[in-house]
Amino acid sequence: MTAQELPIAGDADVVRVRQLVRTAAVAARLSLVDQTKLVTAASELARNTLTHGGGGSATVEQVSSTIKAGVRVVFHDKGPGIPDIALALTDGYTSANGMGLGLGGAKRLVDTFDIVSSPGEGTTVTVVKWAR
Amino acid sequence: MERIPILKIGNLLLVSIQVDLQDRTVITLEEDLAEKIVATGARGVVIDITALDIVDSFTGRMLATIASISRVLDAETVVVGMRPAVAITLVELGLSLEGIKTALDVERGMRLLSARA
Ligand SMILES: Nc1ncnc2c1ncn2[C@@H]1O[C@H](COP(=O)(O)OP(=O)(O)OP(=O)(O)O)[C@@H](O)[C@H]1O
Ligand SMILES: [Mg+2]
Repeated sequence: MTAQELPIAGDADVVRVRQLVRTAAVAARLSLVDQTKLVTAASELARNTLTHGGGGSATVEQVSSTIKAGVRVVFHDKGPGIPDIALALTDGYTSANGMGLGLGGAKRLVDTFDIVSSPGEGTTVTVVKWAR
Repeated sequence: MERIPILKIGNLLLVSIQVDLQDRTVITLEEDLAEKIVATGARGVVIDITALDIVDSFTGRMLATIASISRVLDAETVVVGMRPAVAITLVELGLSLEGIKTALDVERGMRLLSARA
């Protein structure tokens, strides 16, 4: 599967992102638990892109090293950005009226988690989950 | 928009969540359920999530909200049918669903509630 980009502009898009990530996770032969973890993380991040980032995109791609296969998902928006990433990652911190679990929880659910964000320039979150 | 049906069984209400939930569907469900609890005088609500392949913080918040609304209307909520992979993921995500009763399946959930009703 080549990289596939989906827009995130509404609720229905969050559902589409979940479905595409599930398909890629099955194709990469992730275990059911790992599929569930990746899809759940993707759901959190897609919703953040929508509600905090004002919309953006998700790019889903199968990746492989010499010994294993995995799935990479990149969430991108041109929203307000995150002024304090460490604070945003803290469980329970929310600038809206959420539970503040999305970002920190998503990080725990994947193997690699990377955020690039600066105020005024938007946010890019990249996650990878490998098959075991 | 899909609307999630609410079934009345004795003095319990049963909600089987089948669709890939969207925000508006969830809000409608919360309103429908509150009305139905009052209209029927139901003492308990069984939420069946067998069909859900993930529960994220959005869904978790919905379950907590439904449980709170029901409690205020003197009905108790039990969430049933959580898949093992979903349970493992929920815990790692950090969602404890504290204060929400759970049971393995609909039958056990209904038994738990009718003990009260
Ligand atoms: N894409 C983004 N753009 C701007 N700010 C963001 C973005 N993603 C996360 N944030 C910031 O990080 C905070 C924490 O995010 P997190 O997902 O953990 O919690 P939440 O979305 O507020 O609540 P929950 O996900 O539990 O419903 C957010 O409240 C927001 O301030
Ligand atoms: Mg969030």
